[in-house]
Parts: sequence; C-alpha cells; structure tokens
Amino acid sequence: MRVLMFGWEFPPHISGGLGTACQEITRALTRRKVQVTFVVPKAPPAPRQSPVHLVSAADVPAGDTGYATESFLQRLDIRPVASLLRPYLTVPEYRQMTECSTAAGIAPQSRHGGVFSSPSTYSPDLLAEVARYSNVAEILSAKEHFDVIHAHDWMTFLAGIRAKRVSGRPLVVHIHSLECDRSGAGGNPDIVHIEKLGMEAADHVIAVSHYTRQQILERYGIAPEKVTVIHNAVSRRRARAEYRVERNPDEKIVLFLGRITFQKGPDYFVEAASRVLARMPDARFVMAGVGDMLPRMIERVAELRLGHRFHFTGFLKGQDVERMYAMSDLYVMPSVSEPFGISPLEAMAYDVPVIVSRHAGVSEVIRHALKVDFWNVDEIADKILSVLQHPALSAELLRNSRQELRTICWNVAAGRILDVYRRITRP
Amino acid sequence: MPSLCLYFQVHQPIRLRRYTFFDIGKSSEYADQASNRSILKRVSGKCYLPAASLLHRLIRSHHGKFRLAFSLSGTVLDQLEQSAPEVIHAFQRLARTGCVEFLNETYYHSLACVYSPDEFAAQVQQHRERIHKLFGQYATTFRNTELIYRDALVREVANLGYRVILAEGAAPVLRRRSPDKVYRPSGCPGLRVPTRNCRFSDDIAFRFTGRNSHSSPLTAGLFAERLQRASRKAQVINLFMDFETFGEHQWAETGIMNFLRDLPAAVLALPGFCFQTPAEAAAAYPATATLKVPRFTSWADTERDLSAWLGNTMQRDAAKSLYEMEPAIRAASNPDLLHIWRLLQTSDHFYYMCTKHWSDGDVHKYFNPFPSPYDAYITYMNVLADLHSRIQLKAGRRDGTVSHGIRHYRRPKAVPPDEQD
Repeated sequence: MRVLMFGWEFPPHISGGLGTACQEITRALTRRKVQVTFVVPKAPPAPRQSPVHLVSAADVPAGDTGYATESFLQRLDIRPVASLLRPYLTVPEYRQMTECSTAAGIAPQSRHGGVFSSPSTYSPDLLAEVARYSNVAEILSAKEHFDVIHAHDWMTFLAGIRAKRVSGRPLVVHIHSLECDRSGAGGNPDIVHIEKLGMEAADHVIAVSHYTRQQILERYGIAPEKVTVIHNAVSRRRARAEYRVERNPDEKIVLFLGRITFQKGPDYFVEAASRVLARMPDARFVMAGVGDMLPRMIERVAELRLGHRFHFTGFLKGQDVERMYAMSDLYVMPSVSEPFGISPLEAMAYDVPVIVSRHAGVSEVIRHALKVDFWNVDEIADKILSVLQHPALSAELLRNSRQELRTICWNVAAGRILDVYRRITRP
Repeated sequence: MPSLCLYFQVHQPIRLRRYTFFDIGKSSEYADQASNRSILKRVSGKCYLPAASLLHRLIRSHHGKFRLAFSLSGTVLDQLEQSAPEVIHAFQRLARTGCVEFLNETYYHSLACVYSPDEFAAQVQQHRERIHKLFGQYATTFRNTELIYRDALVREVANLGYRVILAEGAAPVLRRRSPDKVYRPSGCPGLRVPTRNCRFSDDIAFRFTGRNSHSSPLTAGLFAERLQRASRKAQVINLFMDFETFGEHQWAETGIMNFLRDLPAAVLALPGFCFQTPAEAAAAYPATATLKVPRFTSWADTERDLSAWLGNTMQRDAAKSLYEMEPAIRAASNPDLLHIWRLLQTSDHFYYMCTKHWSDGDVHKYFNPFPSPYDAYITYMNVLADLHSRIQLKAGRRDGTVSHGIRHYRRPKAVPPDEQD
C-alpha cells in the first residue's frame, strides 16, 4: 500500500496535536509496511533572522527537519513544500504574518534539497495560499505512484482534491477539527466551504471522535456510511524518567497547556483558579501556551489579583513541555469545543491526573479522568480542590489511567486507518 | 429430608446528593432526598408491595409449610416509614403469619465490623430493638452486611447472643465442602453457620432470564428438578438473595413473579422437601464440620472479599477518615451528628467508589448514582469535611475555640457556617 499524505510538520517544530497525530500515524503506518509520501508545508525561519541564514536554512535536506532520527525513514519519503501554512492559522494571523515577511524583505526560498519548488510566491491571504499550496499536489501527484491520498484538516483538502482529480486515486480526508470548533459560532464561511468540498470529494472521511462525526453529519450533511471514527492515541514516553522532577508536596501545581484560544476554554480555567485559591491559597496555577486570548487572560488574572499564584509561561516546546508536565500535580483541559484533544493523554503518560471537559472527544476513550462541564466553574474548582487535597484520589486515578493508556495506542489507530484504505481501494 | 431455606435482603441506602467543596460550611443537607424517595417509591411499587403480598398469599395457602426469612436494614426501614409506610404494614402482616423469621444486621448496613467493634455492637443492638418493635421478634440469627464473615467476627456476634450467623457458600469459606450442610464456626462450637448455595441462588438472582437472549427464563418446575438432582447429600439448601430480585432487578415481565408464585408448590411436591427458616434449619441438623475462616469474606463480586468496598485507595481513605472521627463524634454526644455519621457508614457509599471492573460497565455501574467512582469519592469526602467542621464547631462552642481544621486544606478565614452568606 502506498499513500500520498498531505500532513503537517512533526513536533517539536509545531505546536498542537495535529503534528503529533501526523507523526504517530505515519510512524505506525510505516511499521505496517505502508509506503508514505509525506507532503508538508515548510515555513521559512522567523523574519528576524538574516536573509543569508535563511537561504541555507531553506536548503536543509529533509533529514534536518526533525525526521532524521526516525527509524521508519525507509518507507517514508518527505516532501517539504515552501509555504507559510501552519496548523490552526487564522485568516487575520496569516495576514499579519505575510506583512511582517514582506517588511523584512523575505522572498520564499525553494530550491533543491528536500524542499519542493513551488510555482509562485506566497499569496497575500490565507485562502489564496491554501489554493497555491494545492498546486503542488497536481505536480506531485503526476510524478508519484500511490494507491490512496490522505489529507489532514482543511488547509490540505484542496491539495487532496487536486491530487485525486489528477491521479484518479481515492481520497481520505481526516478531520482533526472543524471551523466551528476553532472559532466558536459559524466561523469563516470560506473555510467551512473548503471543509465541505473536501468531505464531499473524499471517498471516506475519518473523524477523530464521535463528537466530531456528529458535527460532520449534522452541519456538513455527509452520508453517515462515509464517516468512520478513529480515535487518536498516545505513545509511551521514552524519556519519561529523565523528566521526573521532584514534585513539591507542599506546593501543588495545576496546569493548563494548549493554545489560549476560545476553543480551549482558558477563561474557565482562570475563573476556577480564582475559586480554588480562595480556599487553598498555596496552590499554583500555570497557563502554558499562546493564542489570541492570552492578553485578556493576563488582564483577568491581574484583575482577580491572582498574579502571585498564577503564572504564564508563553509558548513551550520540546523538553520544556515534558518538564512542565512532569512538574504538575494536575492537568486541566476545560475545552469548549474539542474534537479530540491529545494533551490529556500526554499528561496521563507523565503520571499527571487529568480533568477534562465532558464534551471533548478524548472523553470518549478515557474513563479514568475527572470529567466536567466546561461552563460549570464550581464543578471544575471542586474537582481541582479534591485532587489537590486527597492524595488517595490522584493515586487511584493514576493507577487506573496507567492501565488504560496501554490500550490507547497508535498501532490500533493505524490498523483502523489501513482498514479504511483497503475498503476504498478494493476494486 | 432436605430443607430449603429462603432469606431475602431488603436494603436501600440513603444516597448523597452532589455535594461540592463550596457547600462545605454552608449546607448540611447531604442526602439526595428526591432521588431517594423516587427510588423507594419505584422499588416499593414494582417489588416490595407486590412480592410481599404474593408471599403472604403463598404462606396462607400452604398452611405453615412455606416459611422464609427477611432482613431489613435500618436505613430502608427509616425511609419506608417516611415515604411508604404501607410496605412496613405488609411486612408486619407477614410477621403475623408466624412463618417468617426476621434477622438482625447492622442498622446502617455498615462495614463497622471491619473498623470498630464498639460501633458494630451498638448498631446491631439498635437494629435488634427496631426489629422487635416492628415485628415482635428478638432474632437469634445474624446476617452481616453483604454476608461479610470471618472467625473473629463470629466471636463478637456470639457475645451479642446470636446462635446462627449466615455466610457465603464460596471457596474462601467452604474450601471444597458442600454449601448444603450445617457447619459450626471455628472457636464457637455452639453456633451454626448456614452457607449460601451460590449456584442456585444466582440461578434466580442473576441468571433468571438465561445467559443469553435465546434461552428461555427459568421455571419453578425446572428449578425444582435441579434441586432434586442436587439434594441427595444435602441437609439444607440456602437460597439467599436481594428481595429486589423480584420485580426490580428482574422485571415482572421476565416472569419472575410467576416463578415465585409456583416455587413453594413445586418444592413441596418433591419427596422429602420442606421449607425452614435459618434458625429452624440450624436447630434441625447436627453440625458436620468446623469452618475456619481467618480472613474477611463476603458475597460480593467474584473475589468474595472486601474489595468491592475497600479495594482501592479512595475507598480505604474514605473509610479510615470516617472511622477516625469516631472519638470526636462520641465526645460531641449529639444524636443528630451521630446519626449522620452512621448514615455515612452505609456500605453502598464505598461501593460507588469501586473502580474494579468499572471500565466494563458492569453491575457496579448499574447501581451507581454517580457518573464515576471518582465523583462518588469527591462528594463523600466533601460531606465528611463538612461533618467534621460541624463537630469541631460543637466542640469549639464548649471550650471557646472554633476550628475548621480539615486535613489538607486551610481556609483563609474561619467563619462559622451560619455567619456566611
């Protein structure tokens, strides 16, 4: 089986679960003897770096992009494409980004090495860039040999559709999140349109949870038999012991880690923290990540006078993420709309008990977590206090979640994805 | 001549409402009144009333040959008295037939035997008096919560004056012996231990509708045949189960009521079979052997031990925290607080915190009013914290200090509950 996959860069280069999911799915598929051609947008370095440096950075062979250490390279062929696309990008964010790039005099660099030459320069707005990105699909798919096309989230859907049109091969679109999850109300109608186009053109749709599948059926009107739920998973941490920081028994740390956006419910975390601190003044709260709601959260924390007990770390990556998990006594994910949400599984893998929104897709696969309604700040605070106060509670949660994690593995998810491939390639 | 000994357990806990940390010090309303009442009404209508009146008819029609035993927990009696007194009347009617033995247990259906011999004795005494007052019997047979049993417990029960104590007829108790004989407990040769025949009891209680949807439900005739085949060496076959089996756990639509209706006639038609209550059966047969049971056993789950209530860290933490309050509760000598503390001893609260098999969504989940064992624990610990602060408050009023010292947390200001908004 050969797959042309339109995916996203692997961690630690990007934030969020999408890169992690792409990496783990690809790794598990290649382990099952699937040949993967992985097409990925490769952004230039940050604008503040010198153009000279930029050229050489753009020329780095594929091996230097974080994939080199992967043992599954034999069956994985990575095709970086120069593009400013990255997961979770919004239309205004993109505009801001391109303005900066132009100001710094950066032209897109795409030459030999692993970087694929794209026919034009970056587009001025996000949607045009998505369309431009899809051009590469046409060129690529004319040259490559593959049996299935697999595209992850809306920004790659046009590419997937083009590849299908050129090659005649079946298309799988993988829904990790929908526009309505990311932006609350209706979202950007153009993006919704692209999502719908992608799912309609697809031979099969993979949803990361039943929650998401339901939305796909109801909001996008996709035929139920075409949509399969395949839950995400978590990999056992190799270096867990290394980061086993001694937790301070007298000072409990409660962690929020994720994009600080409407979707993740950071405001509920702040309100719950204020209630907890009123009862338990020696607790500590950490909000790790960045996002459009960050300034408002900082202001709210100041307004509530929680500053001395509530900390913002900014964007964390790599080892800092791992260390942050290891230091924490409790992980809270009060997401308003969460198609899946891998991070609670990661927290569990670091032996951190978790509180998750009852409505998050991940709630469908974990039982040994405390579940809350995200709007019920009292309930969140009650559960935070209970975990911090009663060591028996976190001990029991951890004991059972360790066992539970063993059954939530990427290998199973990849097996089910392979089933989908087989079903739609059957003559 | 083998006898058939039926004993039905009647129990309903007083379930807690979702009591959060923010209720501590503000509300001392712990029970979920509405749900307790509605469950009691439902079970009374589907099981207690129809099944008790059926039993009454059967007893009368068999002229004293159909006999059985009941044990009613104090917590169910309290609730019935309040919301469904007609059920108590139905049991009183049964008592007047002279064919029904009422057993004793701990009033609060508690695990007191594990943690506090004094509390255990006090609750048994309380139950003894209550049963006597309602049904005019001083029991000689004792059945502990969920048939929890061990040798050391028998000695306490013997000291309280009982002659018979029920046990589970599973391997930890019997090793390889038959459950259908009468035994004497180790260390108390004067007492008798009837043991539950698990196979036949569970045929009715759990397997009545068959192991799968294709098999047809059990009939009294078929069941009597099975009894007869097994009865060659039997002295007494003990069928112990929840009374709620009839109409609640097994709905009437399954035919369980017809089974109960036909059972006495089918059994009495077997040559040499008769019905006896536990006390009668224990007196009728000599003990065949001595049972040695050093560790706690029970009738719960496949493990037949205490793990359904005290198997995980949350359960043990909750139970220890509860019983650690005993000296303070006694010192406060306040009947209301004592009653609340005792209501929190009901084994069901610990059962709801069981994580064993929880993932499979089995019987534990079926009975659990909480969405998860963790929610059960959180609620319970919040209630304990509030009760603790009330005791401290009472104690404080006497010595002039007020303390809200609940284990792991410090409150910024120690404000008595009635002064808060």
